[in-house]
Amino acid sequence: MATLEKHKIDIDKVRAEFPILDQKVNGKQLVYFDNAATNQKPQRVIDALVHHYQTDNANIHRGIHTLAERSTTAFEETRKVIQVFINANEAEEIIFTKGTSESINLVASSWGRKFLNTGDEVIISALEHHSNIVPWQMICEERGAVLKVMPINEKGEIILEKVDELLSEKTKMVALNHASNSLGTINPVKEIIKKAHAAGAKVLIDGAQATSHLPVDVQDLDADFYAFSAHKMYGPTGLGVLYGKRILLEKMPPYQGGGEMIKEVSFEKTTYNDIPYKFEAGTPDIANVIAFKEAIHFINELGKANIAAYEDGLLTYATARLKEIDSVRLIGEAANKVGVISFEVEGIHHFDLGMWMDAKGVAVRTGHHCTQPLMDFYCIEGTVRASFSVYNTLEEVDIFISALKSIIERFNK
Amino acid sequence: MSSTVKDIQDEIIEEFSMLDSDMEMTISYIMELGEQLPEMDESLKTEQNIVKGCQSKVWLNATLNDGIIDFQADSNTAITKGLVSLLIRIVSGRSPQEIVDIDFYFIDKIGLNRFIGTQRSNGLGAMMKQIKLYGLAFSTLV
Ligand SMILES: Cc1ncc(COP(=O)(O)O)c(C=O)c1O
Repeated sequence: MATLEKHKIDIDKVRAEFPILDQKVNGKQLVYFDNAATNQKPQRVIDALVHHYQTDNANIHRGIHTLAERSTTAFEETRKVIQVFINANEAEEIIFTKGTSESINLVASSWGRKFLNTGDEVIISALEHHSNIVPWQMICEERGAVLKVMPINEKGEIILEKVDELLSEKTKMVALNHASNSLGTINPVKEIIKKAHAAGAKVLIDGAQATSHLPVDVQDLDADFYAFSAHKMYGPTGLGVLYGKRILLEKMPPYQGGGEMIKEVSFEKTTYNDIPYKFEAGTPDIANVIAFKEAIHFINELGKANIAAYEDGLLTYATARLKEIDSVRLIGEAANKVGVISFEVEGIHHFDLGMWMDAKGVAVRTGHHCTQPLMDFYCIEGTVRASFSVYNTLEEVDIFISALKSIIERFNK
Repeated sequence: MSSTVKDIQDEIIEEFSMLDSDMEMTISYIMELGEQLPEMDESLKTEQNIVKGCQSKVWLNATLNDGIIDFQADSNTAITKGLVSLLIRIVSGRSPQEIVDIDFYFIDKIGLNRFIGTQRSNGLGAMMKQIKLYGLAFSTLV
Protein backbone atom coordinates (compact mmCIF):
# COMPACT_ATOMS: atom_id res chain seq x y z
CA MET A 1 0.00 0.00 0.00
CA ALA A 2 1.44 3.34 -1.01
CA THR A 3 1.51 6.33 1.29
CA LEU A 4 1.47 10.01 0.54
CA GLU A 5 4.18 12.30 1.80
CA LYS A 6 4.96 16.01 1.80
CA HIS A 7 1.52 17.24 2.62
CA LYS A 8 -0.24 18.17 5.81
CA ILE A 9 -3.72 16.92 5.09
CA ASP A 10 -5.54 15.16 7.89
CA ILE A 11 -7.62 13.02 5.57
CA ASP A 12 -10.00 11.67 8.21
CA LYS A 13 -10.80 15.18 9.33
CA VAL A 14 -11.28 16.32 5.75
CA ARG A 15 -13.58 13.43 4.86
CA ALA A 16 -15.66 13.97 7.97
CA GLU A 17 -16.66 17.33 6.49
CA PHE A 18 -18.24 15.65 3.45
CA PRO A 19 -21.33 13.70 4.53
CA ILE A 20 -22.13 12.69 0.94
CA LEU A 21 -19.03 10.49 0.69
CA ASP A 22 -20.27 8.15 3.39
CA GLN A 23 -22.82 6.19 1.38
CA LYS A 24 -23.27 3.09 -0.67
CA VAL A 25 -24.34 3.21 -4.30
CA ASN A 26 -25.51 0.03 -5.97
CA GLY A 27 -24.61 -1.77 -2.79
CA LYS A 28 -20.96 -0.64 -2.88
CA GLN A 29 -19.09 2.04 -0.97
CA LEU A 30 -19.13 5.19 -3.13
CA VAL A 31 -15.83 6.24 -4.68
CA TYR A 32 -16.35 9.68 -6.17
CA PHE A 33 -13.85 10.34 -8.95
CA ASP A 34 -15.87 12.81 -11.01
CA ASN A 35 -14.50 15.89 -9.33
CA ALA A 36 -13.60 17.74 -12.51
CA ALA A 37 -17.30 17.83 -13.37
CA THR A 38 -18.25 19.13 -9.95
CA ASN A 39 -16.85 18.36 -6.56
CA GLN A 40 -18.64 17.74 -3.28
CA LYS A 41 -19.57 20.33 -0.69
CA PRO A 42 -18.26 20.42 2.88
CA GLN A 43 -20.79 20.63 5.68
CA ARG A 44 -19.91 24.27 6.36
CA VAL A 45 -21.12 25.25 2.88
CA ILE A 46 -24.37 23.37 3.38
CA ASP A 47 -24.75 24.93 6.84
CA ALA A 48 -24.18 28.41 5.47
CA LEU A 49 -26.97 27.90 2.93
CA VAL A 50 -29.37 26.68 5.60
CA HIS A 51 -28.36 29.45 7.99
CA HIS A 52 -28.93 32.10 5.36
CA TYR A 53 -32.44 30.91 4.57
CA GLN A 54 -33.29 30.32 8.21
CA THR A 55 -32.13 33.62 9.61
CA ASP A 56 -30.97 36.27 7.13
CA ASN A 57 -32.77 35.89 3.83
CA ALA A 58 -33.67 39.17 2.10
CA ASN A 59 -32.97 40.83 -1.21
CA ILE A 60 -29.74 42.78 -1.20
CA HIS A 61 -28.59 46.32 -1.88
CA ARG A 62 -32.09 47.80 -2.02
CA GLY A 63 -33.68 47.18 1.35
CA ILE A 64 -33.05 49.30 4.41
CA HIS A 65 -34.32 46.77 6.92
CA THR A 66 -32.15 44.59 9.12
CA LEU A 67 -32.34 41.36 7.14
CA ALA A 68 -31.50 43.18 3.92
CA GLU A 69 -28.53 44.72 5.65
CA ARG A 70 -27.32 41.36 6.95
CA SER A 71 -27.71 39.67 3.58
CA THR A 72 -26.00 42.51 1.76
CA THR A 73 -23.07 42.49 4.14
CA ALA A 74 -22.60 38.73 3.87
CA PHE A 75 -22.91 38.88 0.09
CA GLU A 76 -20.32 41.63 -0.27
CA GLU A 77 -18.00 39.85 2.15
CA THR A 78 -17.72 36.97 -0.32
CA ARG A 79 -16.66 39.42 -3.00
CA LYS A 80 -13.84 40.58 -0.76
CA VAL A 81 -12.84 37.03 0.13
CA ILE A 82 -12.62 36.20 -3.58
CA GLN A 83 -10.63 39.35 -4.25
CA VAL A 84 -8.03 38.17 -1.76
CA PHE A 85 -8.27 34.56 -2.97
CA ILE A 86 -7.17 35.47 -6.50
CA ASN A 87 -5.29 38.61 -5.45
CA ALA A 88 -7.34 41.03 -7.50
CA ASN A 89 -6.48 44.69 -7.04
CA GLU A 90 -9.97 45.60 -5.83
CA ALA A 91 -13.24 43.92 -4.94
CA GLU A 92 -15.10 45.82 -7.68
CA GLU A 93 -13.22 43.74 -10.23
CA ILE A 94 -15.07 40.63 -9.02
CA ILE A 95 -18.34 40.02 -10.90
CA PHE A 96 -20.74 37.26 -9.92
CA THR A 97 -22.10 35.15 -12.77
CA LYS A 98 -23.82 31.78 -13.20
CA GLY A 99 -20.50 30.05 -13.85
CA THR A 100 -17.45 29.92 -16.05
CA SER A 101 -19.63 29.64 -19.13
CA GLU A 102 -21.52 32.82 -18.38
CA SER A 103 -18.33 34.63 -17.44
CA ILE A 104 -16.83 33.82 -20.83
CA ASN A 105 -20.06 34.68 -22.65
CA LEU A 106 -20.13 38.00 -20.84
CA VAL A 107 -16.66 38.93 -22.08
CA ALA A 108 -17.16 37.57 -25.60
CA SER A 109 -20.42 39.41 -25.92
CA SER A 110 -19.72 42.70 -24.16
CA TRP A 111 -16.00 43.17 -24.83
CA GLY A 112 -16.25 41.46 -28.21
CA ARG A 113 -19.07 43.63 -29.48
CA LYS A 114 -17.15 46.77 -28.61
CA PHE A 115 -13.60 45.81 -29.50
CA LEU A 116 -13.72 43.16 -32.22
CA ASN A 117 -13.86 44.25 -35.83
CA THR A 118 -13.68 42.71 -39.27
CA GLY A 119 -10.42 40.86 -39.81
CA ASP A 120 -9.43 40.87 -36.13
CA GLU A 121 -8.32 37.57 -34.67
CA VAL A 122 -9.22 35.64 -31.54
CA ILE A 123 -6.93 32.79 -30.55
CA ILE A 124 -8.02 29.87 -28.39
CA SER A 125 -6.25 26.57 -27.71
CA ALA A 126 -6.95 23.04 -28.90
CA LEU A 127 -7.57 22.08 -25.27
CA GLU A 128 -10.64 24.23 -24.70
CA HIS A 129 -13.96 23.28 -23.19
CA HIS A 130 -16.90 24.08 -25.46
CA SER A 131 -17.61 26.98 -23.09
CA ASN A 132 -14.41 28.63 -24.23
CA ILE A 133 -14.95 27.85 -27.91
CA VAL A 134 -18.57 28.52 -28.79
CA PRO A 135 -18.92 32.05 -27.33
CA TRP A 136 -15.88 33.09 -29.38
CA GLN A 137 -17.21 31.44 -32.52
CA MET A 138 -20.47 33.29 -32.07
CA ILE A 139 -18.95 36.72 -31.57
CA CYS A 140 -16.36 36.19 -34.32
CA GLU A 141 -19.12 35.37 -36.73
CA GLU A 142 -21.10 38.40 -35.68
CA ARG A 143 -18.13 40.79 -35.90
CA GLY A 144 -16.44 39.28 -38.96
CA ALA A 145 -13.43 38.28 -36.85
CA VAL A 146 -11.38 35.13 -37.31
CA LEU A 147 -10.96 32.34 -34.76
CA LYS A 148 -7.56 30.63 -34.63
CA VAL A 149 -6.36 27.69 -32.58
CA MET A 150 -3.09 27.13 -30.73
CA PRO A 151 -2.12 23.53 -31.51
CA ILE A 152 -1.00 20.92 -28.98
CA ASN A 153 1.50 18.08 -29.09
CA GLU A 154 0.68 14.39 -28.58
CA LYS A 155 1.15 14.73 -24.82
CA GLY A 156 -1.56 17.36 -24.72
CA GLU A 157 0.64 20.43 -24.24
CA ILE A 158 0.29 23.70 -26.11
CA ILE A 159 3.16 24.15 -28.58
CA LEU A 160 4.60 27.49 -27.56
CA GLU A 161 6.54 28.15 -30.78
CA LYS A 162 3.27 27.92 -32.68
CA VAL A 163 1.78 30.51 -30.35
CA ASP A 164 4.46 32.94 -31.47
CA GLU A 165 3.59 32.23 -35.08
CA LEU A 166 -0.11 32.80 -34.52
CA LEU A 167 0.19 36.07 -32.63
CA SER A 168 0.19 39.25 -34.68
CA GLU A 169 -1.09 42.79 -34.61
CA LYS A 170 -4.42 41.32 -35.77
CA THR A 171 -4.76 39.33 -32.55
CA LYS A 172 -7.21 41.07 -30.22
CA MET A 173 -7.96 38.30 -27.73
CA VAL A 174 -6.31 35.11 -26.54
CA ALA A 175 -8.55 32.77 -24.53
CA LEU A 176 -7.36 29.56 -22.95
CA ASN A 177 -7.73 27.46 -19.88
CA HIS A 178 -5.39 27.42 -16.92
CA ALA A 179 -5.86 23.65 -16.66
CA SER A 180 -7.61 21.29 -19.07
CA ASN A 181 -10.72 19.50 -17.83
CA SER A 182 -10.21 16.55 -20.20
CA LEU A 183 -6.49 15.89 -19.83
CA GLY A 184 -5.46 17.80 -16.73
CA THR A 185 -2.71 19.71 -18.57
CA ILE A 186 -1.60 22.82 -16.70
CA ASN A 187 -0.94 25.47 -19.31
CA PRO A 188 1.90 27.99 -19.08
CA VAL A 189 -0.59 30.84 -18.86
CA LYS A 190 1.81 33.43 -17.48
CA GLU A 191 4.14 32.97 -20.42
CA ILE A 192 1.31 33.03 -22.95
CA ILE A 193 -0.18 36.16 -21.38
CA LYS A 194 3.19 37.85 -21.70
CA LYS A 195 3.46 36.92 -25.36
CA ALA A 196 -0.12 38.00 -26.05
CA HIS A 197 0.38 41.34 -24.34
CA ALA A 198 3.54 41.93 -26.32
CA ALA A 199 1.40 41.51 -29.45
CA GLY A 200 -1.16 43.96 -28.05
CA ALA A 201 -3.87 41.39 -27.33
CA LYS A 202 -6.00 40.88 -24.23
CA VAL A 203 -6.16 37.52 -22.48
CA LEU A 204 -9.00 35.62 -20.87
CA ILE A 205 -8.11 32.64 -18.69
CA ASP A 206 -10.68 29.90 -18.09
CA GLY A 207 -9.76 28.92 -14.56
CA ALA A 208 -12.58 26.41 -14.00
CA GLN A 209 -10.17 23.54 -13.36
CA ALA A 210 -7.48 25.59 -11.66
CA THR A 211 -8.93 27.47 -8.73
CA SER A 212 -9.24 24.53 -6.36
CA HIS A 213 -5.80 23.11 -7.11
CA LEU A 214 -3.38 25.82 -8.23
CA PRO A 215 -2.29 29.13 -6.79
CA VAL A 216 -4.03 31.89 -8.74
CA ASP A 217 -2.72 35.45 -8.59
CA VAL A 218 -4.38 37.45 -11.33
CA GLN A 219 -2.04 40.40 -10.89
CA ASP A 220 1.08 38.29 -11.03
CA LEU A 221 -0.31 36.51 -14.10
CA ASP A 222 -1.37 39.88 -15.48
CA ALA A 223 -4.58 38.23 -16.76
CA ASP A 224 -7.09 40.66 -18.24
CA PHE A 225 -10.00 38.36 -17.45
CA TYR A 226 -10.17 35.25 -15.29
CA ALA A 227 -13.29 33.06 -15.18
CA PHE A 228 -14.20 30.26 -12.77
CA SER A 229 -17.08 28.27 -11.24
CA ALA A 230 -17.90 27.88 -7.55
CA HIS A 231 -19.14 24.32 -7.97
CA LYS A 232 -15.74 23.00 -9.00
CA MET A 233 -14.16 24.35 -5.82
CA TYR A 234 -16.35 22.86 -3.07
CA GLY A 235 -18.92 25.64 -3.52
CA PRO A 236 -22.53 25.80 -4.69
CA THR A 237 -23.72 25.06 -8.22
CA GLY A 238 -24.91 27.71 -10.65
CA LEU A 239 -22.50 30.36 -9.43
CA GLY A 240 -19.33 31.67 -10.97
CA VAL A 241 -16.97 34.58 -11.06
CA LEU A 242 -15.56 36.84 -13.69
CA TYR A 243 -12.50 38.81 -12.73
CA GLY A 244 -11.68 41.67 -15.07
CA LYS A 245 -9.27 44.57 -14.89
CA ARG A 246 -11.12 47.74 -13.94
CA ILE A 247 -9.90 49.68 -16.97
CA LEU A 248 -11.39 47.06 -19.25
CA LEU A 249 -14.63 46.48 -17.37
CA GLU A 250 -15.30 50.22 -17.32
CA LYS A 251 -15.01 50.47 -21.08
CA MET A 252 -17.31 47.50 -21.68
CA PRO A 253 -21.05 47.95 -22.26
CA PRO A 254 -23.47 46.09 -19.93
CA TYR A 255 -24.15 42.47 -20.81
CA GLN A 256 -27.78 42.31 -19.73
CA GLY A 257 -30.31 44.92 -18.70
CA GLY A 258 -32.42 44.90 -15.57
CA GLY A 259 -32.46 45.94 -11.95
CA GLU A 260 -29.23 46.48 -10.01
CA MET A 261 -27.20 47.40 -13.09
CA ILE A 262 -28.65 50.88 -13.48
CA LYS A 263 -28.18 54.27 -11.86
CA GLU A 264 -31.23 56.01 -13.26
CA VAL A 265 -33.85 54.90 -15.71
CA SER A 266 -36.17 57.01 -17.77
CA PHE A 267 -37.83 56.05 -21.01
CA GLU A 268 -35.47 58.38 -22.82
CA LYS A 269 -32.21 57.30 -21.29
CA THR A 270 -30.71 54.99 -18.70
CA THR A 271 -27.44 55.57 -16.96
CA TYR A 272 -25.58 52.49 -15.88
CA ASN A 273 -24.30 51.62 -12.48
CA ASP A 274 -20.59 51.33 -11.69
CA ILE A 275 -18.72 48.04 -11.79
CA PRO A 276 -19.31 45.37 -10.63
CA TYR A 277 -23.06 46.10 -10.51
CA LYS A 278 -23.17 47.17 -14.14
CA PHE A 279 -22.69 43.49 -14.97
CA GLU A 280 -24.97 42.02 -12.32
CA ALA A 281 -28.46 42.62 -13.67
CA GLY A 282 -31.30 41.30 -11.55
CA THR A 283 -31.31 39.61 -8.16
CA PRO A 284 -28.13 37.58 -7.92
CA ASP A 285 -27.72 34.10 -6.46
CA ILE A 286 -27.55 35.57 -2.95
CA ALA A 287 -27.59 32.41 -0.82
CA ASN A 288 -25.02 30.63 -2.96
CA VAL A 289 -22.71 33.62 -3.01
CA ILE A 290 -22.86 33.77 0.77
CA ALA A 291 -22.20 30.04 1.12
CA PHE A 292 -19.37 30.18 -1.42
CA LYS A 293 -17.29 32.11 1.12
CA GLU A 294 -17.20 28.97 3.28
CA ALA A 295 -15.86 26.92 0.39
CA ILE A 296 -13.02 29.37 -0.02
CA HIS A 297 -12.32 29.26 3.70
CA PHE A 298 -12.19 25.48 3.39
CA ILE A 299 -9.55 25.70 0.65
CA ASN A 300 -7.60 28.39 2.49
CA GLU A 301 -7.57 26.45 5.72
CA LEU A 302 -6.05 23.41 4.06
CA GLY A 303 -3.77 25.56 1.94
CA LYS A 304 -3.44 25.30 -1.82
CA ALA A 305 0.13 24.01 -1.59
CA ASN A 306 -1.01 21.19 0.68
CA ILE A 307 -3.97 20.38 -1.52
CA ALA A 308 -1.75 20.31 -4.60
CA ALA A 309 0.86 18.11 -2.93
CA TYR A 310 -1.83 15.72 -1.74
CA GLU A 311 -3.64 15.51 -5.08
CA ASP A 312 -0.34 15.14 -6.94
CA GLY A 313 0.29 12.08 -4.81
CA LEU A 314 -3.05 10.60 -5.86
CA LEU A 315 -2.39 11.46 -9.49
CA THR A 316 1.09 9.95 -9.54
CA TYR A 317 -0.07 6.78 -7.82
CA ALA A 318 -3.16 6.32 -9.99
CA THR A 319 -1.16 6.99 -13.16
CA ALA A 320 1.45 4.41 -12.21
CA ARG A 321 -1.19 1.81 -11.39
CA LEU A 322 -3.04 2.44 -14.65
CA LYS A 323 0.19 1.99 -16.57
CA GLU A 324 0.47 -1.51 -15.08
CA ILE A 325 -2.55 -2.52 -17.15
CA ASP A 326 -1.57 -3.44 -20.71
CA SER A 327 -4.81 -2.57 -22.43
CA VAL A 328 -4.99 0.92 -20.91
CA ARG A 329 -3.99 3.86 -23.08
CA LEU A 330 -3.56 7.14 -21.24
CA ILE A 331 -4.80 10.18 -23.14
CA GLY A 332 -2.75 13.25 -22.33
CA GLU A 333 0.52 12.89 -20.49
CA ALA A 334 1.62 16.45 -20.00
CA ALA A 335 4.53 17.07 -17.67
CA ASN A 336 2.41 19.40 -15.54
CA LYS A 337 -1.06 18.19 -14.64
CA VAL A 338 -3.82 18.71 -12.11
CA GLY A 339 -5.50 15.61 -10.70
CA VAL A 340 -7.22 14.48 -13.90
CA ILE A 341 -6.55 11.23 -15.76
CA SER A 342 -8.17 10.40 -19.08
CA PHE A 343 -7.77 6.98 -20.61
CA GLU A 344 -9.26 4.37 -22.87
CA VAL A 345 -9.18 0.62 -22.64
CA GLU A 346 -8.56 -1.41 -25.76
CA GLY A 347 -11.68 -3.23 -26.88
CA ILE A 348 -14.04 -1.70 -24.32
CA HIS A 349 -16.21 1.29 -25.09
CA HIS A 350 -15.94 4.07 -22.50
CA PHE A 351 -19.70 3.95 -22.05
CA ASP A 352 -19.60 0.29 -21.00
CA LEU A 353 -16.69 0.99 -18.69
CA GLY A 354 -18.51 3.86 -17.04
CA MET A 355 -21.63 1.77 -16.48
CA TRP A 356 -19.61 -1.07 -14.99
CA MET A 357 -17.65 1.30 -12.80
CA ASP A 358 -20.91 2.72 -11.49
CA ALA A 359 -22.16 -0.78 -10.73
CA LYS A 360 -19.04 -1.17 -8.61
CA GLY A 361 -19.65 2.10 -6.79
CA VAL A 362 -17.02 4.11 -8.66
CA ALA A 363 -18.24 7.38 -10.20
CA VAL A 364 -16.16 8.39 -13.21
CA ARG A 365 -16.99 10.51 -16.22
CA THR A 366 -17.19 9.10 -19.72
CA GLY A 367 -17.55 10.76 -23.08
CA HIS A 368 -16.01 13.78 -24.75
CA HIS A 369 -16.09 16.01 -21.64
CA CYS A 370 -17.37 18.96 -23.70
CA THR A 371 -14.10 19.01 -25.65
CA GLN A 372 -15.03 17.42 -28.97
CA PRO A 373 -12.29 19.14 -30.99
CA LEU A 374 -9.74 17.75 -28.54
CA MET A 375 -11.17 14.23 -28.94
CA ASP A 376 -10.89 14.69 -32.71
CA PHE A 377 -7.20 15.51 -32.24
CA TYR A 378 -6.68 12.10 -30.62
CA CYS A 379 -9.07 10.45 -33.13
CA ILE A 380 -11.28 9.14 -30.35
CA GLU A 381 -14.94 9.55 -29.45
CA GLY A 382 -14.32 9.94 -25.77
CA THR A 383 -12.44 8.76 -22.75
CA VAL A 384 -12.98 7.55 -19.22
CA ARG A 385 -11.91 10.28 -16.86
CA ALA A 386 -11.00 9.95 -13.20
CA SER A 387 -10.44 13.23 -11.39
CA PHE A 388 -9.46 13.85 -7.79
CA SER A 389 -10.27 16.20 -4.97
CA VAL A 390 -8.61 16.59 -1.61
CA TYR A 391 -10.99 14.15 0.09
CA ASN A 392 -10.02 11.22 -2.15
CA THR A 393 -7.64 8.55 -0.90
CA LEU A 394 -5.09 6.03 -2.09
CA GLU A 395 -7.43 3.27 -0.90
CA GLU A 396 -10.03 4.64 -3.30
CA VAL A 397 -7.48 4.54 -6.10
CA ASP A 398 -6.91 0.89 -5.25
CA ILE A 399 -10.65 0.20 -5.36
CA PHE A 400 -10.84 1.98 -8.71
CA ILE A 401 -7.94 -0.04 -10.13
CA SER A 402 -9.29 -3.40 -8.98
CA ALA A 403 -12.73 -2.50 -10.32
CA LEU A 404 -11.15 -1.66 -13.65
CA LYS A 405 -9.14 -4.88 -13.71
CA SER A 406 -12.17 -7.03 -13.00
CA ILE A 407 -14.18 -5.28 -15.72
CA ILE A 408 -11.39 -5.88 -18.23
CA GLU A 409 -11.38 -9.54 -17.21
CA ARG A 410 -15.14 -9.74 -17.69
CA PHE A 411 -14.80 -8.44 -21.23
CA ASN A 412 -11.94 -10.78 -22.07
CA LYS A 413 -13.65 -13.93 -20.88
CA MET B 1 -47.11 -16.16 -34.22
CA SER B 2 -47.32 -17.93 -30.90
CA SER B 3 -46.19 -15.50 -28.22
CA THR B 4 -47.62 -12.01 -28.10
CA VAL B 5 -45.84 -8.76 -27.37
CA LYS B 6 -47.24 -9.04 -23.88
CA ASP B 7 -45.99 -12.62 -23.42
CA ILE B 8 -42.45 -11.64 -24.28
CA GLN B 9 -42.44 -8.55 -22.11
CA ASP B 10 -43.73 -10.62 -19.18
CA GLU B 11 -41.03 -13.19 -19.86
CA ILE B 12 -38.36 -10.47 -19.72
CA ILE B 13 -39.81 -9.08 -16.49
CA GLU B 14 -39.62 -12.57 -15.00
CA GLU B 15 -35.99 -13.02 -16.10
CA PHE B 16 -34.91 -9.71 -14.63
CA SER B 17 -36.71 -10.32 -11.35
CA MET B 18 -34.29 -13.18 -10.73
CA LEU B 19 -31.37 -10.74 -10.81
CA ASP B 20 -32.62 -9.25 -7.57
CA SER B 21 -31.89 -5.63 -8.60
CA ASP B 22 -28.16 -6.33 -8.37
CA MET B 23 -26.55 -3.83 -10.69
CA GLU B 24 -23.53 -5.93 -11.63
CA MET B 25 -25.59 -9.04 -12.30
CA THR B 26 -28.04 -6.98 -14.32
CA ILE B 27 -25.37 -5.42 -16.50
CA SER B 28 -23.72 -8.75 -16.97
CA TYR B 29 -27.00 -10.32 -18.05
CA ILE B 30 -27.76 -7.45 -20.42
CA MET B 31 -24.34 -7.92 -22.01
CA GLU B 32 -24.98 -11.63 -22.49
CA LEU B 33 -28.23 -10.82 -24.24
CA GLY B 34 -26.33 -8.47 -26.51
CA GLU B 35 -23.96 -11.25 -27.48
CA GLN B 36 -26.95 -13.25 -28.73
CA LEU B 37 -28.24 -10.47 -30.98
CA PRO B 38 -28.13 -11.63 -34.61
CA GLU B 39 -25.37 -9.84 -36.46
CA MET B 40 -26.34 -6.81 -38.46
CA ASP B 41 -24.97 -6.56 -41.96
CA GLU B 42 -22.18 -3.94 -42.06
CA SER B 43 -23.76 -2.39 -45.16
CA LEU B 44 -26.81 -1.50 -43.08
CA LYS B 45 -24.77 0.48 -40.55
CA THR B 46 -25.26 3.71 -42.40
CA GLU B 47 -25.44 7.27 -41.14
CA GLN B 48 -29.13 7.18 -42.02
CA ASN B 49 -29.78 4.17 -39.80
CA ILE B 50 -28.23 5.74 -36.70
CA VAL B 51 -30.79 6.41 -33.99
CA LYS B 52 -30.28 9.84 -32.50
CA GLY B 53 -30.23 10.49 -28.79
CA CYS B 54 -27.93 7.71 -27.69
CA GLN B 55 -24.65 8.45 -25.96
CA SER B 56 -23.48 5.29 -27.61
CA LYS B 57 -24.25 4.56 -31.24
CA VAL B 58 -27.26 2.48 -32.26
CA TRP B 59 -28.12 1.41 -35.78
CA LEU B 60 -31.63 0.29 -36.62
CA ASN B 61 -32.95 -0.98 -39.92
CA ALA B 62 -36.29 -2.55 -40.84
CA THR B 63 -37.63 -4.46 -43.81
CA LEU B 64 -41.13 -5.59 -44.64
CA ASN B 65 -41.56 -9.18 -45.89
CA ASP B 66 -44.99 -10.73 -46.42
CA GLY B 67 -46.64 -8.27 -44.09
CA ILE B 68 -44.12 -8.90 -41.32
CA ILE B 69 -41.42 -6.50 -40.18
CA ASP B 70 -37.87 -7.67 -39.64
CA PHE B 71 -35.67 -5.44 -37.55
CA GLN B 72 -31.88 -5.48 -37.67
CA ALA B 73 -29.95 -3.54 -35.07
CA ASP B 74 -26.55 -3.15 -33.47
CA SER B 75 -24.62 -0.88 -31.16
CA ASN B 76 -20.98 -0.03 -30.69
CA THR B 77 -21.23 -0.60 -26.93
CA ALA B 78 -21.87 -3.92 -25.25
CA ILE B 79 -24.47 -2.74 -22.75
CA THR B 80 -26.53 -0.77 -25.23
CA LYS B 81 -26.38 -3.74 -27.55
CA GLY B 82 -27.95 -5.84 -24.82
CA LEU B 83 -30.74 -3.32 -24.36
CA VAL B 84 -31.25 -3.22 -28.09
CA SER B 85 -31.53 -6.99 -28.19
CA LEU B 86 -34.36 -6.85 -25.63
CA LEU B 87 -36.31 -4.53 -27.90
CA ILE B 88 -35.59 -6.61 -30.96
CA ARG B 89 -36.76 -9.73 -29.18
CA ILE B 90 -40.11 -8.04 -28.59
CA VAL B 91 -40.65 -6.41 -31.96
CA SER B 92 -39.11 -8.65 -34.59
CA GLY B 93 -41.46 -10.67 -36.80
CA ARG B 94 -44.58 -8.68 -36.06
CA SER B 95 -47.09 -6.97 -38.28
CA PRO B 96 -46.97 -3.19 -38.72
CA GLN B 97 -50.21 -2.84 -36.77
CA GLU B 98 -48.79 -4.79 -33.83
CA ILE B 99 -45.77 -2.48 -33.80
CA VAL B 100 -47.93 0.63 -33.89
CA ASP B 101 -49.95 -0.66 -30.94
CA ILE B 102 -47.01 -1.66 -28.74
CA ASP B 103 -46.80 -0.35 -25.21
CA PHE B 104 -43.28 -1.00 -23.89
CA TYR B 105 -44.23 -1.43 -20.25
CA PHE B 106 -41.37 -3.79 -19.40
CA ILE B 107 -38.88 -0.91 -19.12
CA ASP B 108 -40.52 0.46 -15.99
CA LYS B 109 -41.28 -2.97 -14.57
CA ILE B 110 -37.68 -4.16 -14.61
CA GLY B 111 -36.39 -0.84 -13.33
CA LEU B 112 -34.39 -0.27 -16.48
CA ASN B 113 -34.96 3.43 -16.14
CA ARG B 114 -33.22 3.37 -12.79
CA PHE B 115 -30.41 1.21 -14.10
CA ILE B 116 -29.86 2.98 -17.34
CA GLY B 117 -30.25 6.59 -16.31
CA THR B 118 -32.11 9.28 -18.18
CA GLN B 119 -29.41 10.30 -20.59
CA ARG B 120 -29.11 6.77 -21.87
CA SER B 121 -32.69 5.69 -21.61
CA ASN B 122 -33.36 8.66 -23.85
CA GLY B 123 -31.38 6.71 -26.39
CA LEU B 124 -33.56 3.71 -25.78
CA GLY B 125 -36.59 5.98 -25.98
CA ALA B 126 -35.40 7.23 -29.35
CA MET B 127 -35.06 3.68 -30.54
CA MET B 128 -38.57 2.75 -29.41
CA LYS B 129 -39.88 5.80 -31.21
CA GLN B 130 -38.02 4.84 -34.35
CA ILE B 131 -39.43 1.29 -34.17
CA LYS B 132 -42.93 2.72 -34.02
CA LEU B 133 -42.22 5.05 -36.91
CA TYR B 134 -41.23 2.04 -38.99
CA GLY B 135 -44.47 0.34 -37.93
CA LEU B 136 -46.46 3.36 -38.98
CA ALA B 137 -44.67 3.74 -42.29
CA PHE B 138 -45.10 0.05 -43.16
CA SER B 139 -48.75 -0.01 -42.08
CA THR B 140 -49.54 2.14 -45.09
CA LEU B 141 -48.04 -0.55 -47.34
CA VAL B 142 -49.98 -3.58 -46.11
C1 LIG C 1 -12.24 24.00 -18.35
C2 LIG C 1 -13.70 24.28 -18.17
N1 LIG C 1 -14.22 25.40 -18.69
C3 LIG C 1 -15.52 25.70 -18.53
C4 LIG C 1 -16.38 24.88 -17.86
C5 LIG C 1 -17.82 25.26 -17.73
O1 LIG C 1 -18.14 25.53 -16.41
P1 LIG C 1 -19.66 25.81 -16.01
O2 LIG C 1 -20.43 24.66 -16.55
O3 LIG C 1 -19.63 25.84 -14.51
O4 LIG C 1 -20.06 27.10 -16.62
C6 LIG C 1 -15.88 23.70 -17.31
C7 LIG C 1 -16.77 22.76 -16.59
O5 LIG C 1 -17.32 21.81 -17.07
C8 LIG C 1 -14.52 23.39 -17.47
O6 LIG C 1 -14.01 22.27 -16.96
